[in-house]
Amino acid sequence: MEKELWKGNEAIAEAAIRAGCDCFFGYPITPQSEVPEYMSLHMPEHGKVFVQSESEVAAINMVYGAAGAGMRAMTSSSSPGVSLKQEGITYIAGAELPCVIVNCMRGGPGLGTIQPAQGDYFQATRGGGNGDYRTVVLAPSNVQEAVDFVQEAFDIADQYRNPVVVLADGLIGQMMEPIVWHEVPKRKLPPKDWATTGKHGRDHTNVVNSLYIDPAECDDHNHHLDAKYAEITKNEVRFEERDCDDAELVFTAYGTPARIAITAIEQLREEGYKVGLFRPITLWPFPEKPLHELAAAGHVKQFLDVEMSSSGQMIDDIRLAVEGQKPISFLGHAGGVMPTVEEMVEAAKKALKEAK
Amino acid sequence: MKKEIIISGFGGQGGLAIGKNLVEAGMAEGLEVTWAPSYGPEMRGGTANCSVVLSDKPVGSPVFARYTELIALNEPSLVKFEAGVVPGGTVFINSDVVTDKVSRPDLKAVYVPCSTIAEEVGNPKVSNMVMLGAYVAETKILKPETIESMIHSMFTGRKAKFVPLNIDAFHRGMECVK
Repeated sequence: MEKELWKGNEAIAEAAIRAGCDCFFGYPITPQSEVPEYMSLHMPEHGKVFVQSESEVAAINMVYGAAGAGMRAMTSSSSPGVSLKQEGITYIAGAELPCVIVNCMRGGPGLGTIQPAQGDYFQATRGGGNGDYRTVVLAPSNVQEAVDFVQEAFDIADQYRNPVVVLADGLIGQMMEPIVWHEVPKRKLPPKDWATTGKHGRDHTNVVNSLYIDPAECDDHNHHLDAKYAEITKNEVRFEERDCDDAELVFTAYGTPARIAITAIEQLREEGYKVGLFRPITLWPFPEKPLHELAAAGHVKQFLDVEMSSSGQMIDDIRLAVEGQKPISFLGHAGGVMPTVEEMVEAAKKALKEAK
Repeated sequence: MKKEIIISGFGGQGGLAIGKNLVEAGMAEGLEVTWAPSYGPEMRGGTANCSVVLSDKPVGSPVFARYTELIALNEPSLVKFEAGVVPGGTVFINSDVVTDKVSRPDLKAVYVPCSTIAEEVGNPKVSNMVMLGAYVAETKILKPETIESMIHSMFTGRKAKFVPLNIDAFHRGMECVK
């Protein structure tokens, strides 16, 4: 298929349209404003719904309503805007509705800065809202993956009746690179017979709700959700290993830093250093088992985690998976500063030298 | 082969457009390409820049601290980015706007009077096309025919009348390095 040059945010929006997104609700914020901008122009052309809401809180609640009516619904924002959506996300998770949320991360905390960052890992993987819930988190590291993951996110959401977060960053949203429009993957999806679309002769009323006032019922509901999360964990883990077969040092990184690490690895390999990359693609469910196994390999002496975060957030999951088998060092910047190839090369050499 | 290029100037000078033209032409020739813009506070009323990679292998990092070429369309861009050019690299300067010269002896400097030439061919807006011509002639990384056919596809319908103007500007830019 032919390659086309696309800007990340616009490609994300077009991908959603091609995946059959029925309704988009959003509010502008740098660095993701091109998503609602593109949707405002093109959703009506396809006979679909675009609403620029009065706030991010309104947008996620519109998603809640549309998803409850069985629509493929999506919202996008950037870090501070996604913070505002957290209440809606826990309601949607509690009511077991499918939806797609794109977060094009920028620096924080608070309003922070508009440059790329990864400080929302905890928020995305642990849940920024209340209660015991999980969202599937897909982390693209280039524009092609952003497109592919947005398209698949709708299917994953529908299959499990659960919110799916596509966790990108400002660089992926703002940059342009060639992509190929693949056929949208089609899963066998259950019918949305739970949707609140009118009774139409049915013998029962469908209710969308996250309130279980009876503690025993609420306990049951949580166990039911847990069983679903266990199934997602069994089926949906994704990761990439690159040059790990003989690696003495393994970079762990996702999104933009993982991409920068590829260039660092090329340079280090040219100089004879045995280095590789372990890249979680699903941040939840986290690829715990494959990372644990990699850590057990004799040739792996240590890990170097790189994140656009001041002291690391994913590193907690790396530690849980490595379980102390090998040392883990860290390189990171927050507030919109991206780690450079030179820094990664230097940090890797230092770590390898100290290990000897 | 890998070119890592910073293109920088005032907003409206066409620096980001030069970058887009380079990646579009590069893609047409089968190269791997990326284009990453600055979208930070500096572009709001100050200098805007973009990072471009043209490579025969898949692009890892789309951003970089050292680069093979710098295209400086204004004075602050030369001041800010000259230090990051790799030894032996090339700096392209819009000499109508930038009065300073390249200070490092290990760099090749190409001075292009973009604005003067653009006025001569009939429209100050095509000064970025002049610079693109100079870049292509100096680096030989892309075929001039690729740029020409890209210009044809950029301006169609009512805008087709701008094709000769842009091609003229592109050729005049190429002549600057002969």
